[in-house]
Amino acid sequence: MYDMKALYEAESVPHAIQLLKEHPEAQIIAGGSDVLVQMREGKRAGAELVSIYGLDELRGVKMEEDGTIRIGSLTSFSHITKDPVIQKYINVLGEAVDKVGGPQIRNIGTIGGNTCNGVTSADSAATLFAWDAVVELTGPEGIRTMPIREFYIKAGKVALAPAEIQTGILIPKASYEGYYGHYIKYAMRNAMDIATLGCSVNVKLSDDRSILEDVRIAYGVAGPVPMRAVHAEEAGRGVLVSADSIEKIGDTVLEDVTPRDSWRASKAFREHIAKVLCKRALKESVRLAGGVIHE
Amino acid sequence: MEEREHAVGKSVKRVDAFEKVTGRAKYTDDLCDKSAYVVRILHSTVAHGIVKSVDASEAEKIPGVVKVVTCFDVPKNYFPTAGHPWSTEPAHQDVADRLLLQEHVKFYGDDVAAVVAENEVAAAQAVRAMKVEYEELPFVLDVQKAMEDTAPQIHEEYPNNILKHTTIRNGSYEEARKEPGLIKVEGWYDTPTVQHCHIENFICYAYMEQGRIVVVSSTQIPHICRRVVGQALGIPWGKVRVIKPYIGGGFGNKQDILYEPLCAYLSTVVGGRLVKLDVSREETFVSNRVRHAVRTHIISYVRPDGSFAARKIECFSDQGAYASHGHSIAAKGLGAFPQLYPCPNVDGDAYTVFTNKPVSGAMRGYGIPQAMFALESHTDDVAKAVGMSPYEFRWKYLMPVGYTDGFSKNVNYYDTFHQCMEKGKAYIDYDRKVKEYENQTGEVRKGIGVAAFWYNTGVWPISLETSSCRMVLNQDGSIQVQVGETEIGQGADTAFAQMAAETLGIPVDQVHVMTVQDTDITPFGTGAYASRQTYMAGFSINQTAALLKSHILDTAQELTRHTKESLDIINGKIIRRGDGEVLMSLADLAMEKLYSLTNNGHLTAESTYQAKTNAYSFGCTFAEVEVDIPACRAELTNIINVHDCGQLINPSLALAQVHGGMSMGIGYGLTERLIFDEKTGKPLNNNLLDYKLSTFMDHPHLEGQFVENYEPTSAYGTKALGEPPVCSVAPAIRNAVLQATGVAVDEIPLTPHILFKRFKEEGLV
Repeated sequence: MYDMKALYEAESVPHAIQLLKEHPEAQIIAGGSDVLVQMREGKRAGAELVSIYGLDELRGVKMEEDGTIRIGSLTSFSHITKDPVIQKYINVLGEAVDKVGGPQIRNIGTIGGNTCNGVTSADSAATLFAWDAVVELTGPEGIRTMPIREFYIKAGKVALAPAEIQTGILIPKASYEGYYGHYIKYAMRNAMDIATLGCSVNVKLSDDRSILEDVRIAYGVAGPVPMRAVHAEEAGRGVLVSADSIEKIGDTVLEDVTPRDSWRASKAFREHIAKVLCKRALKESVRLAGGVIHE
Repeated sequence: MEEREHAVGKSVKRVDAFEKVTGRAKYTDDLCDKSAYVVRILHSTVAHGIVKSVDASEAEKIPGVVKVVTCFDVPKNYFPTAGHPWSTEPAHQDVADRLLLQEHVKFYGDDVAAVVAENEVAAAQAVRAMKVEYEELPFVLDVQKAMEDTAPQIHEEYPNNILKHTTIRNGSYEEARKEPGLIKVEGWYDTPTVQHCHIENFICYAYMEQGRIVVVSSTQIPHICRRVVGQALGIPWGKVRVIKPYIGGGFGNKQDILYEPLCAYLSTVVGGRLVKLDVSREETFVSNRVRHAVRTHIISYVRPDGSFAARKIECFSDQGAYASHGHSIAAKGLGAFPQLYPCPNVDGDAYTVFTNKPVSGAMRGYGIPQAMFALESHTDDVAKAVGMSPYEFRWKYLMPVGYTDGFSKNVNYYDTFHQCMEKGKAYIDYDRKVKEYENQTGEVRKGIGVAAFWYNTGVWPISLETSSCRMVLNQDGSIQVQVGETEIGQGADTAFAQMAAETLGIPVDQVHVMTVQDTDITPFGTGAYASRQTYMAGFSINQTAALLKSHILDTAQELTRHTKESLDIINGKIIRRGDGEVLMSLADLAMEKLYSLTNNGHLTAESTYQAKTNAYSFGCTFAEVEVDIPACRAELTNIINVHDCGQLINPSLALAQVHGGMSMGIGYGLTERLIFDEKTGKPLNNNLLDYKLSTFMDHPHLEGQFVENYEPTSAYGTKALGEPPVCSVAPAIRNAVLQATGVAVDEIPLTPHILFKRFKEEGLV
């Protein structure tokens, strides 16, 4: 039995916005795999809920005319993993969200909820950061978009304006074309866990596959919100594909990550693992891009 | 000619399989009427303190709140909670240190007040609305710090917080260690606080009926529960009736009286209304029972050939805030030490010490997983010090055939250890792999480890061992069986049915085991604990079935005019021994007897067997790991447990026990640990996300094999298997990591955090 004051079911996006305007204190609920857990813990006890779960127009993945990949915010993790567009162009995202919880959670949990929750450990977030994803928000003033890096403000807080909902996540063609990526979730067990650290890397190699033309490195749990390792990326751009380069890029990560000591893991441990994951994800991305790492 | 079909030794289907698979089996919550009032407990948010006041004024205003009861309201009847058989000698009784609710709170999560409400939401809101004022006291979380003179005193009667200290003094350690040429090997070994994590959280409900209190509870020990509810409420024990339906696991947590007395009391304060107390998972971790964390110090003086000259062991067992099962756990662990590798000169000390942490109680293995982690890790350290292989060392020095324990009178009848080790070694391809894994240098290294254990089946001679059984013959030749031993998910009812069928000579499906136990009806018994169910119930089932058979054959003599001695029951039929001729079916006999106008009778038998024996159960684990050094991760890739638990009553169910225990051992060795905030004593990971119970994805194939040496003291040749599978897993994993990396990690679980720390110390990362 959940302690909720009221539940309003939205019938369309405009209706959802209207309900949120009428009930400014209301919490948006989609799959509920975060919100209901928080209510059970008493954190949101007595809340009013606006459910957008029935809005099928926000479900599914499609390729837009300009090559942008659009992921509806209510698309479930298992749907993303099995989607042919995702598999063909940004398979790493499907792999990343396949690491969330267990099968039941992946069937109910949505990528919109995963990002709007604002937590640094979200398995989708590091990869979306790494692919320069754009979030689409719809509110009383209409539709606006922003880079996912700006969407995250601080732990648990995202840039949703009053009565606004996230309606889609977009990956522009320029972000994915020619890039190959890999995500490593480092957790204490192989299922039903949140990441101790997550690292998503993608690379674009030169035509002869000898040079790292571009490197993008993103982390979850390396700071209060998901982040990009800009110094490490800088160190990796335009360098020769080699074991030596990968070592250097991986070591540079320490200029970027700011993990903290907590009972879940020490700062020293997280920093060590940040380097290890970066190097391993880089190696795998290079391999996926058809590159060969010379010693 | 009728051929006897045996019931024992066959993998018959569980008697409750269909009920459980279809969801038809009724557990406590399924049985509770939906009109029940709901209880929520207000738990302490300080680790140690005195409750000065509880302000419930806001809580009482919440619609649906029926009653708030605080620590100031409850009767001051101190009661013990351990699920031990009662002793009529006060000196041997469990420590009575609990009240229904506590003014002097001793851990973060202690019970301060309770709300009775019409529904869960109102109850939860009321708990949040209550304000408690504490006088905070200093607290202590570390077991050895708690023994210091300056440590906060948790219970007035126990100086230095020592609940109990026991010793072993065999031979002369001090003299023996002076022998020239000895090698000294010393280590400290730490095991964590873990929780049972049975699927069904603890739940009970209570109501009053005809001036008595009825408690339906998910308990392993219904008859003990009756006694403790009586003690806690200060009412005659006959005024209490306890019913145990199907249980979703217990692993020892429910071998303790948890909230049954509180629930019963709350029913009495709301006019005997039905009151349900359903504990959340978060509370289960903190406010039920946990496994004792034990720190062990071992010093061995070893001759160059590996033989022990003198040994010393000290165990510090973290009791948490209340006595519960108390020193029994540490004492059992200490007692295992001198027997596994016999040595004439042993000094042993075990201390059980109060700390401001959740209460430690019984948990599968009862001190032996802790002891085996220390002892079998140390064994590898000793083998390394004398340059022997861990396998060779154990082969040579483990408890030999014929070894007899003077106290329990247990005898090692067979060459079991060697038989078990050979099976494990063959399965895992030990010799080849150990050689292959020598001198690795890469990032990922493999290793293989072994550990052994011994385990006692029951509790004799420390405690009473008794079992009672009742059997009733039905018109169709089937029987009802009742015993005081409890089905808690392990499959006991199926084993009981097989044993009854075997002795009586009827098909297994003609035996109906009464799984719901009711202290008004079920013969007296002390419930499910130790690894005694099949061994102990076996005696009373065998004895009672023989008694019933005798009554049946008396009737057969009346009906067939053959002498009783010439008759037998085979496959549910009365036969003539001489030629095997079937004279009548048992069903025909039962009908005749029950409806006879001349010689009517009700065929039933009932008896008690008090066991004054115990039995050694043995086994070992071989584990193979792959250690990813930069990632600080040890992955278990291959594992086998080999057990000698005597004759298998049901091989499939036995294997299921082994699988479950191995899984628990894997979590113990690699991932599980309850963590507390040093600054507040608050538990930090009391939920199934943050407490890393392993999942299917974390297990390799679990191989279980058996050596079946018939146990001579047992009615059916069987002995302990319920707890043994968990005992040797963690040290085998630790020893495998040692072989892979050369790094001895003396603290479990071997999480990446601990491996990172150790690999850094050893310069590997």
